[in-house]
Amino acid sequence: MKITELEVRNVADLANLDLTASEIARLARDMDEILTHMDALSELDTSNVEPMAQVLYQSEETATLRADEIVPPIGNEAALANAPLAGAGYYKVPKVIER
Amino acid sequence: MNDIASMTIEEVRTGLAARKFSAVEMAQSALEFAQAENPKTNAYLHFCPERALAAAERVDKKLAAGEDAGALGGVPLAVKDVIVTKGVRTTCGSRLLERYIPPYDATAVVRLEQAGAVILGKTNCDEFAMGSSNENSAFGPVRNPAALDRVPGGSSGGSAAAVAQGTAMVALGSDTGGSVRQPASFCGVVGVTPTYGRVSRYGLVAFASSLDHIGPLGRTVRDAALLLETMAGRDACDSTSAFAPVPSYTAQLDGEVAGTRIGLPREYFEGLASESGDRIHQAIELLKKLGCEIRDMSLPATKYAVPCYYIIATAEASSNLARYDGVRYTTRANEDSLSDMYRATRGEGFGAECKRRIMLGTYVLSHGYYDAYYLKAQKVRALIAEDFRKAFTEVDAIVAPVSPSPAFKIGEKMDDPLEMYLSDIYTITGDLAGIPCMSVPCGKTSDGLPVGMQILARHFDETGMFRLADAFEKAGGFAGSN
Repeated sequence: MKITELEVRNVADLANLDLTASEIARLARDMDEILTHMDALSELDTSNVEPMAQVLYQSEETATLRADEIVPPIGNEAALANAPLAGAGYYKVPKVIER
Repeated sequence: MNDIASMTIEEVRTGLAARKFSAVEMAQSALEFAQAENPKTNAYLHFCPERALAAAERVDKKLAAGEDAGALGGVPLAVKDVIVTKGVRTTCGSRLLERYIPPYDATAVVRLEQAGAVILGKTNCDEFAMGSSNENSAFGPVRNPAALDRVPGGSSGGSAAAVAQGTAMVALGSDTGGSVRQPASFCGVVGVTPTYGRVSRYGLVAFASSLDHIGPLGRTVRDAALLLETMAGRDACDSTSAFAPVPSYTAQLDGEVAGTRIGLPREYFEGLASESGDRIHQAIELLKKLGCEIRDMSLPATKYAVPCYYIIATAEASSNLARYDGVRYTTRANEDSLSDMYRATRGEGFGAECKRRIMLGTYVLSHGYYDAYYLKAQKVRALIAEDFRKAFTEVDAIVAPVSPSPAFKIGEKMDDPLEMYLSDIYTITGDLAGIPCMSVPCGKTSDGLPVGMQILARHFDETGMFRLADAFEKAGGFAGSN
């Protein structure tokens, strides 16, 4: 077993994800199978390989700095238009700090 | 007007120039046809007729003033619903974003509309582009126009189905592990994943940022190439977009492919015993007839591509999907504490596949597993990219299958996520290496299911890739063969 239901619960905690009991059982099974498959990577000797974090290709140096010009921002109203709950120009969330 | 379901961009251009029809008439017919036909496949999630007609009116005004209407003047376009459109609902195939109305347009969308394209609507896809069958959409699966009981592929299944069905002339998709090429092959249309960074991702809802691309779909190689050259190029809003100048791909579709060195990677043909394999082998014979030089070759790290990809893609996805926490994007579960609100919103909102990937990604990034999984996968990715770099010192292009089998039945693979992941084996390598690759139709199985041939090329050699695909398409009579 690569992963137990208890570990699935711990990972769900890290991911801030509510799961039902049946989802946990199913995920334990699926993740066990997938992680076992992923273990194939350990066959490969990668001791002298640099990790690749992004796609690299030959390219010329280019000026990435843009002119310092003011462009109109999206605006508070438009930015908050999709908020589930907004007020006074801010996103509102359940109370975080008790007085 | 000609049959709208089979027209090409060139036919629209000449029709408008000869005043056979106006752009508004074209848009109205296209919308009417698409809305009437859509229930058969569920390819579109929603239409945007006002935006379409406004775009068409702008084209007609330019034409009336004797101005250039743009490279895509009046062309009906469908946009995958993971690409944002200002004022037009963008759901990503997710319940979480069911009511999300973006406040801005993706750069690709802006550039295509500036060139005269007419967006008809937004297409269905797997939730947050995660899936290979379009069955992970919260708004129902898409049916393959070639066989309505089968999947169109995924995740850009709606875009591929709309182009095949004729309810869009061209479409935008997104590709992270094959999500443009695989549905293109299943539906019998052309689908292109450009070089990483070739098209700005500003406005593409992020899935796995080191792998995500926007790519075009069309019924001909020329149409797809025209779409790409119109939207490609540096964009200040996407720091990962490439500065390399964009050539005119369409100006170089000259059929000059004799002498092209084509590599057939052994690892992609071992165990390919299906009818899809037969079609690919016939395609290779056709390439020989065109004067291409076929070479046997090896990409030894291929067998590690699936685990490598599913570690990196899920790790990045778990980070990117963290933003759907109930604070900003329309949907929130009502809970008294902030932490309960996050957890309940995400638990209720995400579908099964997104949850699986968030969990896998969180696991491979978590303390104690990071080195064994994520760091290891990044190293294996370097080996896969190095395989391609070496290969392209000896060949000009690589030809391979797109998928081990043609379109499968709806529901057939839903209970086995690992089997679904393994079916991505031939497409994920191109994304991991960041090279341009595409699917071009190469015939059908005895059941009439389309098969696609994959072409992979060097970084930024879309020109050579399109030239080869175009010559192949013409020689085989595959244009618009869906």
